[in-house]
Amino acid sequence: MKHLRLPVVLVAGTLALSACAGVGNKSDSGGSDDQGSAAATPSGTLNVMGFSGEDEVAQSRITAFKTAFPGVTVKNNKGDFDAQQFLTAVSSGNPPDVVYMARNLIGTYAAKGAIQPLDDCIKNAGIDTTQYREAAMNEVKLKDKTYGIPEFYTVSTNLISETALTSAGVAVADIQTADWDKLEATAKKLYKAKNGRPARIGYDPKMPDFFPLWAMANGAGLVKPGGEPNLNDPKAVEALQFTIKLINAQGGWANFKTFRDTFDLFGEKNQFTKDQLAAFPIENWYVNVLRDARANGLKLQSTPFTDRQGQPISTIGGSAWVVPKGAKNANAACQWAKTLTSLETWHKAAEARMQTVAKDKSFFTGLFTGNKKADEEIKAKYLKPTGDAGFDAAIKNYYDVLDKAKSLNPSAAGAEIDAAWKNAVGKALAGSATPQAALDQAQSEAKAAFDKAGQG
Amino acid sequence: MATTSTPGSAPAASQDVGAPPGPEVPGGGNGAAPGGGGRRAGRPRRSPLAKQEDRAGWLFVLPWVLGFLIFTAGPMIASLVLSFTDYQMIQAPRAVGLENYRELFDDPRVLKSLSNTFVYAAMFVPIGTIVALFLALMLQRVGRAGGFFRTAFYLPEMTPAVAAAAMFLLLLNGQQGLVNKVLGWIGINGPNWTADPNWLKPSLAIVSLWTLGGTVVIYLAALNGVPKQLYEAAELDGAGPVTRLFRITIPMISGALFFTVITNTIAAMQMFDQAYTMFYGPQQKASASEESLVYMVYLFQNAFQFFKMGFASAMAWLLFVIILLITFLQVRIGNRYVYYHGER
Repeated sequence: MKHLRLPVVLVAGTLALSACAGVGNKSDSGGSDDQGSAAATPSGTLNVMGFSGEDEVAQSRITAFKTAFPGVTVKNNKGDFDAQQFLTAVSSGNPPDVVYMARNLIGTYAAKGAIQPLDDCIKNAGIDTTQYREAAMNEVKLKDKTYGIPEFYTVSTNLISETALTSAGVAVADIQTADWDKLEATAKKLYKAKNGRPARIGYDPKMPDFFPLWAMANGAGLVKPGGEPNLNDPKAVEALQFTIKLINAQGGWANFKTFRDTFDLFGEKNQFTKDQLAAFPIENWYVNVLRDARANGLKLQSTPFTDRQGQPISTIGGSAWVVPKGAKNANAACQWAKTLTSLETWHKAAEARMQTVAKDKSFFTGLFTGNKKADEEIKAKYLKPTGDAGFDAAIKNYYDVLDKAKSLNPSAAGAEIDAAWKNAVGKALAGSATPQAALDQAQSEAKAAFDKAGQG
Repeated sequence: MATTSTPGSAPAASQDVGAPPGPEVPGGGNGAAPGGGGRRAGRPRRSPLAKQEDRAGWLFVLPWVLGFLIFTAGPMIASLVLSFTDYQMIQAPRAVGLENYRELFDDPRVLKSLSNTFVYAAMFVPIGTIVALFLALMLQRVGRAGGFFRTAFYLPEMTPAVAAAAMFLLLLNGQQGLVNKVLGWIGINGPNWTADPNWLKPSLAIVSLWTLGGTVVIYLAALNGVPKQLYEAAELDGAGPVTRLFRITIPMISGALFFTVITNTIAAMQMFDQAYTMFYGPQQKASASEESLVYMVYLFQNAFQFFKMGFASAMAWLLFVIILLITFLQVRIGNRYVYYHGER
């Protein structure tokens, strides 16, 4: 009986939406979208959506805003971004003022008119966009307009369990992604099975989530500069074929995924300390998670994730602040986005992090923001040798790839492209279609969505 | 319809006894209303008490009627209208005629999700019926501990479906999950329930069994309504437990069985929570396989991920028609075999 709830929500939402269908007829800039008039001091209430804001880094920045703008009452619902909640709020004419969302969603929301360009905000509030990383800025732009202010910046590198390598007699340098045949041989050497099922994965390519990274490593971008999908690029197909081969050499997809699902990724007794995994590529936030696992015997090592020529590469991730269409306090929203991502505020966040580090008697693993200058200054001021060579290597690899990381190009059909490649990779991994056939179909679906988005 | 007696008006109708009988209707005896009492030609005279009771009746049901009109009928009409439009939620809807319905049949994922849903329903409904009936039969026999077990079986109904799905992701893990460990004790090498494409739908069906408490309670009530004399007579005639089950119990509770089969079929066709949590939610960055894509999840994706609210509305109406047809078919079949206590 519980299944009946969604339709009820859907139809109820539809009624509300249809009742407010005229919302879309308003001017594109919205009635009250006064984006940060140069002299206007924001006041009133600022409704924030999608920002959990629990840790010291978030709290210190919220405090920085409240101190700078005491006339603004901040109301933060503290949940993660929820597309359904966001769209119904915007459609019903009662949107939040500022929203924290993943940058890869921005193209789609911008194309549909759910969020407004921030060019006026940037100009009037004097936001220096050159301080942000170029790749992050690329993600928040569509057709020469800027729709978001970037925040945080995730990149990937290989993290390795030295214990697993030692037991298999494998050198750290053998964990590399330039020579794929050699990587497969290394993975097989590290792989352990028990009763026909994996007992230790040698190298986890992190599929399907990391497919764009593997395609990039092989020289293929899944989205062309204009936003057109490029999912069945021969280099992308080859990357998918290789990763499936790598997984098949380690138990096959169903066994592989089942075993991987047992990892306690955030626990002190995680996949490394329990010798369930030898190596995998993972984002920079994870090195901070791993610190506590040292007490349980974690010996971390790291190598860069490289392309096939041996050059470190990474896709990027992260979020941005956007202002929805019809936001009632766009001025405060603009100042919020500016303040939370500014150099000064990031310094305050770093200080707060260092206080936590001191309290926990731990060490600083870096702060990776979308603000290039902030990253450099914080690194220079706070990053010291940790006393653990493996952690030092991992942190260095993350910092080294920051400037080389690339984003997927934004697209008006970003959500459909994302869904298309994920479906294709899922099918290919499950063996219900060949990589070529799966990506061909994905390309066809994504292209149709892109063409339609262009018409709209 | 205006002259039909409402349950509340039965006592008033009885005051009309002695009025000339109405025309004969098939199966209706002398045309008297079910509440008893004859009916005059034309508009019947209503007593003040009957009118007062009518008003009270309407007052009592008014909250439901308003709720129905505002939250069910209204949105349904809105969704029907939207199904003929291209509505991306932000801009005003744009009429596209039957385009969304044509697109339904061009989209291979609609067919795939529909077939996944049918397969899931075909597994869940019969298995769920058998399991619930088995539990109800057991409950009927536990005597004084019945209250405890009734509560225990019903409690999962109170658990949020999302929490149950998350729990079953652990229980059904092919390598370390409890389900396969138990199977291992009896020498069965369990499958990779949540990763093997062939086992995704059975795993969804198993998760759905968790919420069978309501069905068990209905069956238990029905079982308690079966006259004891029938069993006594059957035992005297030498009928064993299996014969009594198939010749007395199941026919006598066929009304309850029929009701739950229909409602569980409808619920199965609308499966969303468990499938979304297990395979498509925020924690699952990418789906394991298209084999777990049920219809409502695809509808949700179209509505809120791809902004295709018009297309999603068309999907909702297609499902509505399919459920209507299935229910119609079930009712036609059920009318042949279902025993309604008091009708025969």
